[in-house]
Amino acid sequence: MLKALVIDAGKCTGCKQCEMACSYVKEGEFNVAKSRIRVFDFHTEARFVPYTCTQCAEAWCQQACPVNAITTNADGIKIVHENLCVGCKVCTIACPFGTVNYNASTGKVIKCDLCLGSPACADACPTGAITFRDSEQAGFDKMRVWATQAAHGTTTQGPNTPAAKG
Amino acid sequence: MNYVVLGAGPAGVTAAETLRSVDKNASITLIGGDGNEPPYSRMAIPYFIYGKIGEDGTHLRQENGHYDKLGIRFLNARAGGVDTKAKRLHLSGADTLPYDKLLIATGASPIIPRMAGANLDGVETCWTLDDSREILKHADRGAPVVLVGAGFIGSIILEALYLRGCKITVVELAPRMVARMMDETAGGMLGRWCRKKGVDVRVNTKVNGIRQGSDAPGAKLTVDLSDGAAIPASLVVLAVGVRSNIGFLVGSGIATNVGIKVDQFLRTSAPDVYAAGDCCEGLDLSTGKPDMLAIQPVAVEHGRIAALNMAGRPTPHLGSLNMNVLDTMGLISSSFGLWQGAPLGRTAKLIDEDKFKYLKLEFEGDRLVGAQCVGLTDHVGMLRGLIQTGLKLGIWRDRLLEAPERLREAYIAVAQGKPGFGPAQPHVNTPVPKVA
Repeated sequence: MLKALVIDAGKCTGCKQCEMACSYVKEGEFNVAKSRIRVFDFHTEARFVPYTCTQCAEAWCQQACPVNAITTNADGIKIVHENLCVGCKVCTIACPFGTVNYNASTGKVIKCDLCLGSPACADACPTGAITFRDSEQAGFDKMRVWATQAAHGTTTQGPNTPAAKG
Repeated sequence: MNYVVLGAGPAGVTAAETLRSVDKNASITLIGGDGNEPPYSRMAIPYFIYGKIGEDGTHLRQENGHYDKLGIRFLNARAGGVDTKAKRLHLSGADTLPYDKLLIATGASPIIPRMAGANLDGVETCWTLDDSREILKHADRGAPVVLVGAGFIGSIILEALYLRGCKITVVELAPRMVARMMDETAGGMLGRWCRKKGVDVRVNTKVNGIRQGSDAPGAKLTVDLSDGAAIPASLVVLAVGVRSNIGFLVGSGIATNVGIKVDQFLRTSAPDVYAAGDCCEGLDLSTGKPDMLAIQPVAVEHGRIAALNMAGRPTPHLGSLNMNVLDTMGLISSSFGLWQGAPLGRTAKLIDEDKFKYLKLEFEGDRLVGAQCVGLTDHVGMLRGLIQTGLKLGIWRDRLLEAPERLREAYIAVAQGKPGFGPAQPHVNTPVPKVA
């Protein structure tokens, strides 16, 4: 069964432990600017929204990559292959969620890969705002279907979209 | 079913793969037109030129035997014409290939400006792998290079030449760099950035001609400019634009304009002939009108949609969003949709000339319809998200007019809905074009 990162922004206190954990695990440094998950701060409303890649079915980033440096693994995770990424940044403008970013220090792009199955952000979150759960249990697929249906004229099938999982 | 896909760029390869994914038994032939090269990405060539990747790093698919495994017959040949009545494709030599359904995805080619010396040795375009091999012969560290054209492609080549350590002069006819991608402010910033990096950028300048011979050490050519300068060069790179590869269709009865004319299903005027990518004029999402948007994501979109239609799964193409991203020696810029602004629309601007930062948002009513960025890269895809979904910004339109830097907040607020709503996935739709 596919698991998904479930974000409940209502529980987020803005402590940014998720950003620290992500940048430490992925970059070996505590630098929130290089975190794959970001907490957006709505100053005026005193609310915080953790935000990262949803591993969307359309895989816009993967479709846009000119050298096939982004692929989808058996768990539906979209992975950037650093050895193939040329740093052209087309995926950063193609991802309509804005969750692929360019890392100038490596000249490659970075995105969330769910730590390949045990996301550090979810482990680090002290309030349960970020959890990693069976997607069915989380209602994630249902939500995804809903979101897709709400979108006029969109299909969930891209050229490199993995076959539907049972 | 016998599918023939003419052209093995991103559009053709995506189409062949999509055809296979929906039709396990069909015969699929994919025809490349570039010597003996496997399908590769022109976009990756600049990275090959400055040594970030090897030649194989430019390949569209890396896995050995990828096409064989999918049962896609790949061959290289040039097309000489299409007999749309007999449904046969004429190839180089005397070969002809019958088809049940044909996709034309022949891409585009660089325009060679009419000027003296354009055919001299050391005057190159930068479009194919072969071009890049030629460029490498003349582009050593310190070599004087003249780059003709500072559009999007020219500017990408500029970075590759800069990173090779060439001594570069850029000659651009327009009053600014990337004139078809960004406005005066952004183009001006790019120009200033380049000069700061030691690149001699000359806008409003024309190349009168190129001559053999030069007195300067290491140079063998001289480039005469309209401003009176005579610039020595070991290499001249021409990047003044591209045009659709449609010449072989003369007499085929397939209707063309700047590119091949297609309908919403990417059908050409001939039965069972489709077109995709740079060679055709697909719908522009922003204008609702046909246009040749020669960018990678559009080619892939066309390729997939054309293939589905060829395979009998009617899938309308509702329009592609024009967008570009550019790295000019470390200064990253991007533009989306109606970056020139909408008639009667409103504009939000954030300019920091000293720090080379610029953000400009274009609204029509309370929707975002276009954007430009310089020096800003984090979450820029959200701009595409907002433009393509056409989501109403509501109160966030005025907030953005006041403070465009709140873009990310606006996106989350508008696309994600209310807090505590759970994992509401931001969704993307493709609005129906405004004008048919």
